[in-house]
Parts: sequence; structure tokens; C-alpha cells
Amino acid sequence: MLTIRDLKVSVEGNQILKGVNLEIKAGEVHAIMGPNGSGKSTLANALAGREDYQVDSGEVLYRGKNLLEMSPEDRAREGVFLAFQYPVEIPGVSNANFLKTALNEIREYRGLEKLDAMEFLTLVKERMQLVEMDPKLLNRSVNEGFSGGEKKRNEIFQLAVLEPALAIMDETDSGLDIDALKIVANGVNKLRSKDRSFLVITHYQRLLNYIVPDVVHVLVNGRIVESGGKDLALHLEEHGYDWIKNEREAPVTM
Amino acid sequence: MNKDQQSNDQQIIESRIKSEYKWGFTTDIETETVPSGLNEDIIRMISAKKNEPEWMLEWRLKAYRHWLKMAEPHWPNVHYDAIDYQDAYYYAAPKQEKRPESLDEVDPKLIETFNKLGISLEEQKLLAGVAVDAVMDSVSVATTFKDELRKLGIIFCSFSEAIREHPELVKKYIGFVVPPNDNFFAALNAAVFTDGSFCYIPKGVRCPMELSTYFRINAAKTGQFERTLIVAEEGAYVSYLEGCTAPMRDENQLHAAVVELVAHKNAQIKYSTVQNWYPGDEQGKGGIYNFVTKRGVCLEENSKISWTQVETGSAITWKYPSVILQGDNSIGEFYSVALTNNLQQADTGTKMIHVGKNTRSTIVSKGISAGRSNNSYRGLVKVHKGALNARNFSQCDSLLIGDKCGAHTFPYLEIQEKSAKVEHEATTSKIGEDQIFYCNQRGISTEDAIGLVVNGYCKEVFKELPMEFAVEAQKLLAISLEGSVG
Repeated sequence: MLTIRDLKVSVEGNQILKGVNLEIKAGEVHAIMGPNGSGKSTLANALAGREDYQVDSGEVLYRGKNLLEMSPEDRAREGVFLAFQYPVEIPGVSNANFLKTALNEIREYRGLEKLDAMEFLTLVKERMQLVEMDPKLLNRSVNEGFSGGEKKRNEIFQLAVLEPALAIMDETDSGLDIDALKIVANGVNKLRSKDRSFLVITHYQRLLNYIVPDVVHVLVNGRIVESGGKDLALHLEEHGYDWIKNEREAPVTM
Repeated sequence: MNKDQQSNDQQIIESRIKSEYKWGFTTDIETETVPSGLNEDIIRMISAKKNEPEWMLEWRLKAYRHWLKMAEPHWPNVHYDAIDYQDAYYYAAPKQEKRPESLDEVDPKLIETFNKLGISLEEQKLLAGVAVDAVMDSVSVATTFKDELRKLGIIFCSFSEAIREHPELVKKYIGFVVPPNDNFFAALNAAVFTDGSFCYIPKGVRCPMELSTYFRINAAKTGQFERTLIVAEEGAYVSYLEGCTAPMRDENQLHAAVVELVAHKNAQIKYSTVQNWYPGDEQGKGGIYNFVTKRGVCLEENSKISWTQVETGSAITWKYPSVILQGDNSIGEFYSVALTNNLQQADTGTKMIHVGKNTRSTIVSKGISAGRSNNSYRGLVKVHKGALNARNFSQCDSLLIGDKCGAHTFPYLEIQEKSAKVEHEATTSKIGEDQIFYCNQRGISTEDAIGLVVNGYCKEVFKELPMEFAVEAQKLLAISLEGSVG
């Protein structure tokens, strides 16, 4: 599904990612953990194609295609979805209108017929239940006046409607209380399938109790320094990131 | 995003910027003009060509003599080279043997022109919906649905026809709201106006269809000076639409119109404009100077006047559709979207003059600046002493696209009544790159993303427009913004 080779990315002239390697197969859930400033969100934004994230070198293959050559909208249309850490407000544009525009541009790109209003509504109503979203939010402006939890839930709802092949979740757990976290995780779990991969970025292990990953990576200082099974996350929770920093960085600084 | 991607985007943007004004064609039709320049003889000639009665000519000459004593004002936040009033033509008309009695007699080329503009006069005749008065250059070329309206006692015709057929009404109301000496451009219009639309809704009649005038400047170097007069008698209702386009020409053309609205007791007038005069090219060459005086009076109690405007055209837009709230409990509304791109300039807003008791006014102004344009909101809320419990709410928002444009807000408040309540809110925002990226990440192209964001921003105004007009306005906005974001 996704192969990242020696990816180096700079933001405003500072290199944040210093050679990331990652392989995600179809149907897998990978978690990326790491301390603040380690480059987790940079990886998410670089994969989505955000303008300020300059790729210095490296390669990203997505379903055999060079992802880095595509515009952000084409990446989305090819099936890459980013659940934002800070979802953006668009005043005056209803959630429904926004999603319908997005869905139909994606369908058009894939040579599928656009959905009419009724088909769209049927789909949307079904998917809303996945994240137990209040149907009233459909007619509200995109994210405007939403609570933190509603915004995050809205991201997963969009994910459910747009049905990407690769979903990147950037700190989706931040700002969620335990009940909201469970609802969001539950929604994600229902969306897991053998054709869909997830890259779950988080600072805390908590989320991974509910979305159980196949592989956990630890990102420190722009490099993946440790990979392992779901137990790695528990170990990190117990010992903190210093454990890994000490273990990995000590020999280098000799 | 890599380098190739960026340069590719740049190309798309540049090609879209160059997308041309789609209404810029000219119609090759024989035109009758009077010599250029302005003096009493020209005015007499215009009046004679229109077979006007003596009183009309006298009214014009009086206005002209007044105009001579006036100086062109220069207080708005716009810049332009001095206008040479002697170098313009004040009368141009598509040559027709006589005023056509029906559409069958209208020159096919004229019909074709309006078809090209999407104003199908033929269809209008058949389909119920909108009655259209089409004005090309100085004269009205066709009015549809006249007979149906006549049965209800509604008069909807060209101004020239109104002068001939309904002189008592014209005499009573012309200059009633905008007197000929009101301002420099209103005086000029009063002296040389050539046509326009006249609309009279009798007592208790609700006009069953939208009335519409479509203005088209065709001839070169011609000023367009039309007058619109709408009178709604007690309990009457009318919704009126105005649309405008012009060919692309290198020189600037002056459009100095006057619109007067009179609402009697319990009457309601809704006036909507989608203004799309040629804005000039991206270097700022050519384009229409749109210097227009629009004013309505809520003459008696419980009357209501609403102005809704979507302004995307003209090199310079300079106008303040206003309402005098004279009758008690009367209501004035102003909803505006003014978009400027490239080197366009706009200084527009409204005046709400509260005179009667319990009068209410609402102002919602949405300015959008792109390119190197300059967009100013200027508005006056005046509450006279004795206008007990007058209320006003104003909201003036500015949206900036790119970093070379300007937005300005000049609100004026003159409150002489203690019981008045006046609220003003203003915001300035930039189309955020984060909004665009968010849309992109959901598969929405940058152009569509801008369309979404801008339409969302203008929603409060668009919902005031009649349905078909709202759709047209949205499309127009999208076209006018093509390529404005990098």
C-alpha cells in the first residue's frame, strides 16, 4: 500500500524528517508514536502534500505510484485521507455541501457517476451512525462552532463517507474525553478492512487500547528508531520516551 | 508539494487569469447617434429624437444648467483620470424605423445579442417567469409580458414610453427621490438620460412575476444614462431585477444612472442587481465607470425597501443604494456583495436615513478583494430627532484573496435620537491557505475550494436574491475570481 524510503522533509529551512523508512501493507494498522517535536505531524502533512513541507529527498510509493509528484487533491482522489489534528472551519459552507462536493470530485476522477442529492443523503445518513454524529451537524457550517470532540468525530465521519484506501490520523485522540475517544475508535474499527490501511499518529498510548495496531513505530528526532508489535506501545507508556532516547542516542553521542 | 507541481499550478492560474470577459462582444448593428459633446442643443436634439413633450425638455435643461454650476466630486477612495464630458456621445440607439409593437418587429440582430447574453427575449415571451425590458445603449429595445401585466393594472415599460403614455405619473414622481440637483452625476443624468424602465404597481396588487431590466452598452464612446422609476402604491409588492454587461473596449465608458423607488403605505419593493459591466483588462485598461445614484423612499407607514446587489463588474463602482425611512414602522435593507479583482476599484455601501418612528434598517455588506484591487465599504446610518426607537444593524465584512489587494471600511453614524439603537460589526479575513488545503485534502480542486469558501462567505446576501439570480450570481463570482489565488 505505502512504501516510504529515506524520506527527508524540511519546514521553513529546518530539516524535521531525517530519513524515514516505512512499509505499510493493505489492511494493516500502523501507529506512529513519539515525543513532541519528533516529526510525527510533519510526516502526516508531507504525505498529504501540504505546501510548506518541502521534500528534500526520498521516495514515497503509494499503490505503486509516486505520491510526491501528485497534487494534494489528486492524492486525496487516489485514496489518501488525512484526519486533521486541527480541523479547519469554513463559515457558510454546510457540512453536507462540502462533503458532496468532495465525494463527487473524487468519483469524477475515478470515472464514476456523481451521486445525486438523494443517493448522497442515503449514504451520509448510514455513515453518520458509525460515529454517532448528530444529523443536525450536516446542515451546520463545516466545523464552525463545533466542540473539539465534534470536530474530531466529523473527521472520522468524512473518512467513512470518502472511503479512502489509506487513512492517516494525525493526533485524532488529542482533546477527546474518554467517551468521545471510544466513539471515534469504534468508528475507525468498523472501517477497518483488508483493503484499507491506517497510519495512526499519537502521542499517547491510550488511543491504541481501542484501535489496536498491527505495528508500532517510535519516531524520535526525525527517524524511526524502534518498531514492534502492540506491546511496544505499552512499554513506552510505562517507561516514557526517555528510555528509547537513552538507549538509541547514547552510543551515538559518545 | 514539489517544484514541478508548483509551476504546473502557476500555469493553470495564469491561464485562468487570462480568461476573458465572456460578454465582451459587440453587435454590428447600425447605430444612430447625436454628435459628441454636451450643450443645450444636444439636449434639445435628444429630447426631439424622443418626441418628448415640452415639460420634459424644460426639466432636462434646468438640470443641465444646474449641472454646469456643479463640480465633479472626488471624495471617494478611487482614482481615475479626469473625464472629458465633451468627448462623449450622449445618445446612441440601435437604428429602428419605429418602436416595435411586438418582438416580431425587433431587429433579429438585437434579439441575437440578448440571446448571446442568455436573455432570450423569445423565450421570455413564452415561458412564465420574468418580464424583461431590454435596454441597449440609450433605448429600450423590447419589453416582454407587457399585456399580461397590463391586465393587473401594472405598468412596466420603457421610460420613453412612460413619458408619452403616462405623463401624469412621470411628472409626479421623476426626481421625487433623487432631485435633478442632488449631485453632479444625478444632474448629468437628468439632463441627458435617454431611456430606462418605468414600473408602477397599483394599490393592493402583488406583481405575479419578477420584473427585470437588462442593460447593455454596445456603441463605442457612449455614456449610458438611464433612469429607473418604480412606484408601489398602497399594499403593492414588486420584485425587480437589474442585470448589466458591456463589450470590451480600451477606453473607459461612463454609466451614470439614476434609480428611484417610492413605496407607499404597506408597500414593498425588492430591488436586486447583478452588475457585470466590463471591468477593464488585467492592466486596468478600459472598463466602465459605474457612478450611479440609487435611492428609495419608504414614504408611508409599514413600507419596506430592500436593495440586494452583487457587484462584480466595472472598472470603478461608486454607488450607495439608500433608503429614506420616512413612514413609521418602515424597513430598509441593504445586502451587498462587491467583488474586485485585478485593478478594479469599488467604493460602495448604503445610506439608511431614519425619520419615522420604529423604523428599522439592516445592512449586510460583503466585500471581496483579489488581485491588486481596492474595495471600500462606505455607509451612513442617520437617525433624525424624533425617529423614536429607530434600530439599525450593520455588518461589514471584508475578505482578502492574495496580499496585493486592499479593503477599507468607512462607517458613518449620525444619531440625533436617544432611543435609537445602532449596532455595527465588522470583520476582515483572508482566504486561508489552511482552508484551501483542507478542501484539497478532501479531493476538491483549488478553484472549487475558493468557490466554496467565497460562496459560503456571501451566503447571507445570496439568500436574499431570487433563485435564478442567486445561481447566476454564484457563477459570476466564480468566473470573476478565476485564477485569483496562487
